[in-house]
Amino acid sequence: METQTGKPLVEMRGVFKAFGGVHAVEDVDVTLHAGEVVAVLGHNGAGKSTLMKMLAGAYRRDAGSVHIDGKAAELASPAEAFELGIETIHQTLALADNLDATANLFLGREIAWRVGPFRIMDSARMRDVAAKVISQLNPRFTNLNTPCRDLSGGQRQTIAIARAIHFEAHVLIMDEPTAALGPHETAMVADLIRELKSKGIGIFLISHDIHDVFDLADRVVVMKNGQVVGTANTSDVSQDDVLGMIILGKCPEGAIPGPGARSNPQ
Amino acid sequence: MTTESLDPPAMNVAPRDSGFNVRTLSLVGLLFVIAVTFHLLSGGLFLTARNLYNIVVQTSVVAILACGMTIVIVTRNIDLSVGSVLGCVGMVIALLQIQIFPQEAAWNWPLTVVIGLALGALIGAWHGFWIAYLGVPSFVVTLGGLLIFRGAAFEVAQGKTLAPFDPIYRLFGGGIDGALGVGPSWMLFVVIMVLYGLGEILVHRRQTRLGFHSKARAKVLRFALVLVAAAAFVATMNSYLKPRSDIGRGVPIPALVLLSVVLFMEFVTRFTTFGRYIFAIGGNIDAARLNGIPTRRTVLVAFITMGVLCAIAAVVTTARLNAGTSSTGELLELSAIAAAVIGGASLSGGRGTIAGAVVGALIIQSLESGMVLIGASSSQRMVAIGLVLMAAVFADKYLSGEE
Repeated sequence: METQTGKPLVEMRGVFKAFGGVHAVEDVDVTLHAGEVVAVLGHNGAGKSTLMKMLAGAYRRDAGSVHIDGKAAELASPAEAFELGIETIHQTLALADNLDATANLFLGREIAWRVGPFRIMDSARMRDVAAKVISQLNPRFTNLNTPCRDLSGGQRQTIAIARAIHFEAHVLIMDEPTAALGPHETAMVADLIRELKSKGIGIFLISHDIHDVFDLADRVVVMKNGQVVGTANTSDVSQDDVLGMIILGKCPEGAIPGPGARSNPQ
Repeated sequence: MTTESLDPPAMNVAPRDSGFNVRTLSLVGLLFVIAVTFHLLSGGLFLTARNLYNIVVQTSVVAILACGMTIVIVTRNIDLSVGSVLGCVGMVIALLQIQIFPQEAAWNWPLTVVIGLALGALIGAWHGFWIAYLGVPSFVVTLGGLLIFRGAAFEVAQGKTLAPFDPIYRLFGGGIDGALGVGPSWMLFVVIMVLYGLGEILVHRRQTRLGFHSKARAKVLRFALVLVAAAAFVATMNSYLKPRSDIGRGVPIPALVLLSVVLFMEFVTRFTTFGRYIFAIGGNIDAARLNGIPTRRTVLVAFITMGVLCAIAAVVTTARLNAGTSSTGELLELSAIAAAVIGGASLSGGRGTIAGAVVGALIIQSLESGMVLIGASSSQRMVAIGLVLMAAVFADKYLSGEE
């Protein structure tokens, strides 16, 4: 059913993850192509964030394979995911609130000179780059030296997005990107998603609310209880169909059922 | 899913200008108030060259420890073992230097210092490993360390007091000959001020070239203030004479050791990625991890640094006492923590400065010294310092607007 041709940007096959005795993710297959927006939908606890955190290198998978651009990837750490061009905008935004915008933008990936055992930061250069990247996204955001805890929700989101832009994501994972935003900022994020998509970046949108993402997504992957209920092109199904998948685990016509689809729809 | 919730981020502010911010300046102001008050109360005994020299020497040990304690606290950990580690390392140095190695050998004392530093690093790594890799809370690990290394300090020589140390080693203690002398003190002053000035100019130029507004006037003012303070310090230390002579002592060696420690730690916390990471970890460890920061290794290195600083403090302390005893350094962990906290370190992590810790140590030692001069007993001194610690943290919270 995949309308895209060529090698997928991301191919996750038979991925498992358990926490203690709980199977958070069970035998999940997901693909993502360049310039494609795939919405990963499901209730809280369906396993969508866990799945994406494995792709982001934040969790190690128990079983299964991940290929990025056709090459097998271990994804043992966030640093490894960054090297493969996988950027994540976490739901929490992953900001250190005691540090300023510049420090957070470059957190873990500072511009630095190596001198013996030390890596000396080029603070002026980082501030320069941060000012440029952030002003592209939000021209009114100029207080780059303010600790993040004193910034607005939209400004905090801007920093997290600026990371993905500056480090040139090929694959972008956005976990509930609009959950904390007002209508104006939500529209800005939607514009940004379209722009990134047009540049050939593959995007995973994680959401528990279908209305947020249905219009933006090319495809939906619905998860329930750690398994994939089904995958569908958004052009082939209605929002109600997808709601049925999320709530009942019922796979409609026009969708490809996954291992989590109810076998006997009533 | 249950695993996706992250802790709420800690509410702290990192220093942007850790050497010279408002918090540190107000502590310096407090220090002046303490000095003048005790000077008046003691009938003119506090602000004398002799007393100030002694305060500097006494402060050195606490301040060296407080520098390490600050980075440990910034990572949202604590180290309760520093007094015991100091005692243990000091005993090992004493045993090697006095009983095991040949006393007359020139390599004796340098080798014992190197071994002491290595032992400090090893003990720090031991604590750091338990905390960062085995996930045991630092409070528990270092409480264990407090007992273990105090016990070990006794076991090293079955509780015996070992003396005397090599005469050269004793210079680290700041005794009669343990100072630079008048001429070299002024030379050191000139060299440091020139380097500091050049550094400021370089930074200013780079910032201007990249199009940033660099506050030149504020920097000149800051430079002038440091210049005057440093000159006053050197002049005071030079005016304290050796006994029965008119030879000025100059900057004490322990102060020189402290200065090296402070410069190094300021450099590390302000300019290196390690410094950035300890603040990020203290501010939000989940964010640090998700951004690929090696959180475990960073915490491990923080504790190794603390261990090395304990060893440096052990050298200064034993050299000053000219003896190794198994009780050396008892309760010093509390002074070090108090100094760091008075200096602005937040026990909830993500905030603290090296300069603040040094001023905090100076405040504690000045109080101690001042109360000795006005005849307060050691029990009264403990009560007073306890109260000052609580008041300082309250004032800090109140002034920084935290609820």
